[in-house]
Amino acid sequence: MTTVPPPHLVKRPGPVRKLNRTVDERFGTQAGLRRNLNKVFPDHWSFMIGEIALYSFIILVLTGIYLTLFFDPSNTEVVYNGSYVPLKGVEMSRAYASTLDISFDTRAGLVFRQIHHWAALLFVASIVVHLMRVFFTGAYRKPREVNWLIGVGLLVLGILEGFAGYSLPDDLLSGTGLRIAASIAQSIPVVGTWASFLVFDGEWPGQNFIPRLYVVHILLVPGILLALIGAHLGILWHQKHTDFPGPGKTEHNVIGHRVFPVFAAKSSGFFMLVFAMLALLGGLAQINPIWSFGPYDPGNVSSASQPDWYIGFLDGSTRLFPPWEFRGLGHTVPAVFWPTLILPGILFTLLALYPFLEARFTGDTESHNLLQRPRDAATRTGFGAMAISFYLVLWISGGNDVIAKTFDISLNAMTWAGRIGCIIVPPIAYSITKKICIGLQGRDHEIAEHGIETGIIHQLPSGEFVEAHRPKLPPVADHRRVPTDRVAVGSGDQTANARSGLARRAGKAVTGFFVEEEEQGGQPNADDAPDQPAGTKH
Amino acid sequence: MSDMTASVGAARASVRRRRRSSAVVLLVALAATGVLWAAFAPRGTAQDTADANEAVRAGRALYLQGCSSCHGVNAQGGNQAPSLVGVGSAAVDFQVGTGRMPLAAPGAQAKRKDPIYDQTQIDQLAAYVGSLGGGPKKPVITSAALDDADLAHGGELYRANCAQCHQATGAGAPLTYGKYAPDLGKATPTQIVEAMRTGPESMPVFGPGQIDNADATAIAKYVRHLSEAPSAGGDALGKYGPVPEGLLAWLVGIGGLLAVCLWIGARQKV
Repeated sequence: MTTVPPPHLVKRPGPVRKLNRTVDERFGTQAGLRRNLNKVFPDHWSFMIGEIALYSFIILVLTGIYLTLFFDPSNTEVVYNGSYVPLKGVEMSRAYASTLDISFDTRAGLVFRQIHHWAALLFVASIVVHLMRVFFTGAYRKPREVNWLIGVGLLVLGILEGFAGYSLPDDLLSGTGLRIAASIAQSIPVVGTWASFLVFDGEWPGQNFIPRLYVVHILLVPGILLALIGAHLGILWHQKHTDFPGPGKTEHNVIGHRVFPVFAAKSSGFFMLVFAMLALLGGLAQINPIWSFGPYDPGNVSSASQPDWYIGFLDGSTRLFPPWEFRGLGHTVPAVFWPTLILPGILFTLLALYPFLEARFTGDTESHNLLQRPRDAATRTGFGAMAISFYLVLWISGGNDVIAKTFDISLNAMTWAGRIGCIIVPPIAYSITKKICIGLQGRDHEIAEHGIETGIIHQLPSGEFVEAHRPKLPPVADHRRVPTDRVAVGSGDQTANARSGLARRAGKAVTGFFVEEEEQGGQPNADDAPDQPAGTKH
Repeated sequence: MSDMTASVGAARASVRRRRRSSAVVLLVALAATGVLWAAFAPRGTAQDTADANEAVRAGRALYLQGCSSCHGVNAQGGNQAPSLVGVGSAAVDFQVGTGRMPLAAPGAQAKRKDPIYDQTQIDQLAAYVGSLGGGPKKPVITSAALDDADLAHGGELYRANCAQCHQATGAGAPLTYGKYAPDLGKATPTQIVEAMRTGPESMPVFGPGQIDNADATAIAKYVRHLSEAPSAGGDALGKYGPVPEGLLAWLVGIGGLLAVCLWIGARQKV
């Protein structure tokens, strides 16, 4: 079907196509490149939340590399003689002194430190929001349980990585955090003391801990994170993205935009906006001013010493837990063991096992590629609200001293409010959320059965008033139909409407840029091509 | 026998002589003390004494008007307020100078507010309460002493003695049952040292035996530095550390980026 253009119209290949040909001739990348660039991703706004985490991670790696050039992970005591006057002549570790140097004597050091720290907060926060999106839409259901498990692993590792970074500068705040971590390790029954010795190389605070923590922070955990992110995205790529039900969408197709050019452009733009947000925060809002806290000294502690937000819920659980200490069989189990180790152990285990528990209790063993709206799974949504409210109570309690001071509330009252709240708020949140979901379901049924209210009132001869309903219109695509880049996946590239002029132009845009034009054509038609009528812009 | 009598007589004479010489020594010593006192004693002029008396009188008048309903007509204290006998002028200058006294309303703790009295009146009140006897006097912190004070040493002392309650950044923190260690942002060097010496509210007393005047001045200098130094790296977010940081990361960071997601999602409706 392809016609050979006259010689004077044959374009000379551009540099990109030349490079592509060069690579392809040596590595045979053409087929894979073509397949992957033509891959289709759905484009609901909520599917971009995970990207925030990915881009934050990239920025963390880039800024982190810069910081490693100047940071000196050493416990060796030195006398500070840098340009920050209020600490001149004070003894401190080299780790702390070099962090001061990064902040005050290194070009762009402080803004890199701040962007790095803000990116860490945003990394974990976006993982949590992404997790909520996946949870409330049921995206973790078969066949995506493994990616859910990897996601939970990423969350836990992200928290650990953040805590390690928070602990590295050896300032008063991070030292206090490590002191607490050491106490938590010691609280483990039977092996606690040895576990603490193992981690801290002897008695707290030890002499070799910062170099160890440094290796964990810049090599071990980031390496695992990188591998898991790769696996997470690889599985996503292979299994294809889920989508909400909609016109033309089935369990066996994906409707959206191709990787190239729309999805790639969108994602690059989004990366820039994430970077912009982090640069704004890092440039305008001070974070972790270690010079204000002073060097770590085991004899000192500051009030309102807080962890970063993602550890806050454990700080809160510790503040709320009653001081119950068990003694027996020659061992002591201190109160801190329950809220800091047992509680997160239970929470993260439940989180990881949730897809399997749900499948077990609902008996749903089907594969699902279409998402559920939160209201359509009222019990799950109720559970989610319950978990979030429990977490929120613990989280607020983690900052209860700052809240008490700011809003002039008694700290004791806040503690008791937290103790009572973490028991009674979750069930209330569950039942209210479930009732709202069922109510919304009822409304959906109502509309499906009786149509939409028109606002037109008729009076019957008997005197009764009734409102006229009109039937719900058949679903309309939420995008105007652009046949070329709204294609079915797993089937190739062409849609049923591929012969339209727009389709040819857009197809050419793809093939002409990366792919030899001669390869165009001959693609099989889509089996699951969306066949709804072209919608109108609404 | 006569020998014995003679020896007894001699002994008596020696006792008498010794008594006489002791009396002379005593007289000389007293005279010398008097002369030395006259030479070295602070020489208050008649005018100073009159001023001091006037200040005490004026202070007592102010006291009777503004304070006596709770602290009692003779500052002996009552059901609602402690006795002011022996608290010293430093306590008055601190409590009234920071506006904590007179109390606006009974509560867990007196709040800092704009002082009701001007500095002359505060000095008069302090003179009256000081005249009741005892207690630390209002410290004098000269700007030369502040300039000479060792800022870094003050910081070390601050972290060791003050940060437990007032927080490393001086932003303050809560104590039990609605009490709190206040924000030190507005405290003047004099007020900081007064608080250390008098121990207002829940604060312990840090006397000159624990922290001498030079160290106290260094701490005051560091506290002023905490609130006056420009905040490196952007807005300090109330100096409360990770809690406001987390709040900002969620509200502005995540909130803003979710808005961006919605925006990009909305833009796609070609």
